[in-house]
Amino acid sequence: MSAAAEDAVTEAPAVEAVPKRALSLGTGVSLAILAAALVAPIFVKNFVAFQMTMVMIYGLAVLALNILTGGSGQFSLGQSAFYALGAYTTAVLMENVNMNYALTLPIAGLVSFGAGFLFGRPALRLSGIYLALATFALAVAMPQFLKLHFLEHWTGGVQGLVIIKPDAPFGLPISQDKWLYYFTLAITVAIYVGSINLLRSRSGRALMSIRDNEIAASAMGVDVALYKTLAFGVSAGITGIAGGLSAIVVAFVAPDSYTINLAIALFLGMVVGGVGWLPGSFVGAAFIIFVPNIAESVSKGLSGAVFGVLLFIVIFLVPHGARQVAIVAQQLIGKLRK
Amino acid sequence: MELFINQVLAGISTGAIYACMALAVVMIYQAIDHLNFAQGEMAMFSTFIAWQLMQWGVPYWWTFLLTLAISFAGGILIERLLFKPLAKAPVLTNVAGFIALFAIINSVAGLTWDFTIKEFPSPFGSSAFLGSRLISTHQAGMIGVTLLMLVGLYLFFQFTRIGLAMRAAAALPESARLVGINTSWMIALGWGMAAAIGAVAGILIAPVVFLEPNMMGGVLVYGFAAAVLGGLTSPLGAVIGGFLMGVVENLAGTYIPEVGNELKLPIALALIIVVLVFKPAGLFGRAIIKRV
Repeated sequence: MSAAAEDAVTEAPAVEAVPKRALSLGTGVSLAILAAALVAPIFVKNFVAFQMTMVMIYGLAVLALNILTGGSGQFSLGQSAFYALGAYTTAVLMENVNMNYALTLPIAGLVSFGAGFLFGRPALRLSGIYLALATFALAVAMPQFLKLHFLEHWTGGVQGLVIIKPDAPFGLPISQDKWLYYFTLAITVAIYVGSINLLRSRSGRALMSIRDNEIAASAMGVDVALYKTLAFGVSAGITGIAGGLSAIVVAFVAPDSYTINLAIALFLGMVVGGVGWLPGSFVGAAFIIFVPNIAESVSKGLSGAVFGVLLFIVIFLVPHGARQVAIVAQQLIGKLRK
Repeated sequence: MELFINQVLAGISTGAIYACMALAVVMIYQAIDHLNFAQGEMAMFSTFIAWQLMQWGVPYWWTFLLTLAISFAGGILIERLLFKPLAKAPVLTNVAGFIALFAIINSVAGLTWDFTIKEFPSPFGSSAFLGSRLISTHQAGMIGVTLLMLVGLYLFFQFTRIGLAMRAAAALPESARLVGINTSWMIALGWGMAAAIGAVAGILIAPVVFLEPNMMGGVLVYGFAAAVLGGLTSPLGAVIGGFLMGVVENLAGTYIPEVGNELKLPIALALIIVVLVFKPAGLFGRAIIKRV
């Protein structure tokens, strides 16, 4: 299984050596999307802005999983645990310490980074299915842990915590939802650019060499243990920031929002977006947010079946996810230019 | 001491459920080299078919055989229709397919048979077994059937041509094709067998946990964990892992303070991870040695 999983991820490397023109095409599209994201809130209702914010937040969490799986080849079903950790760190700091919401995010990220780094140590010995089970255990344990009696004073127990949604600063005349949209957009862009650069850096190449062949990587002098745990840490850290953002935006945290279902949804997002292709994370996030709603509207009783069928259609048409669409589009545009 | 023995016995009887499921999990893992997350839902659906047949007045053992046949055919059908086209897709895409299948089966079963809990008869009855209150005749029968399936599978895989071909197709597909094995159909056969074993597991489990579309959720988690604990390559390991799971879970619930029902599962899983850290291929699994 582990060998097969490596093959699967290796099939389409995360960062390819792309010709200069294609690169500028990708950058152009990214900038166009960013511009659209900047002006979009002016034309939409608050609820739509809220949904778009959630797409970015889930997108960050999927991106984090992508760094772990697409980057270092490790598989995790425990992302919901780190997401919960980040969300609760932010919520507890805001509620009990009265800290400014923006300041809680770096702390949420650091706490999750630490937890992920520590978890990455014993997980070093596991791979493939075994690692999936270990991370799965983490995801199952987290909601129960948050409900524990002696933590109730901080976590609010089963009921969770209600947070006050922050207003736009400096008296800006926009609604809370739209302000949080821009706030999230800024953080998302920063983390996205950082992640892309991380995978293109020396460390990113070290990660990918571990993914492709661990033994060869260590023979080349890559500290396999360090980079694998670091990948876990970075992934958990970004997930934690996403969790913290979600706590602020939803203004509510409760243990049952962070069950294994969340981890499965994030995994589906990664597959739909294309494993190892960071821009796809946001496509995948949109899928896991909107498609269940669409399924619900098609048929209430059979919403699960409709969702399953839609998912099957997607993976039948594009087994490599949105990345496959992007590659085909790129080739088409390349042909048109000739 | 008596408490300890009682808890171990109770653990063994719940462990039988997990062992049953773990066996089905290992079975399909050997045939297709993936963990099928929809396995539990397939078993649940088979159990509903059995229930429906009995509602129509088919006698128990005929129902049993018919359900096995339908599940076998259904398993092959699912493979041919849904997963053969994905054979060349990445592994993670296949896993997404399993999740989709899970959602579809669960939702269709819910709509067809609704979510009310249904009683399911046991062929073994439910009186006390050998004078012990903790193990009923049904649970003893369940353990017996599980062991019987285990022996049957062992004989099938070790001593029949087709069993050997299936093992070859799972272990080294390319070499298997070169010696003339139709690997594609071996995989379909594996799906069929796994579905049939799942059906047996479902029919045995249903009298204990009652029949409803979500009945397999918890059981499957334990089944997976048991299979991984025992080593995914070993059916015997899966069965032993299942019993161990049951015992550990019960003992943890009894002896570790502050552990209610809620924390039983996380603790059992944590113990498994500790085992895996020391034996990464599970208790009975073969360590896979890769050529560099």
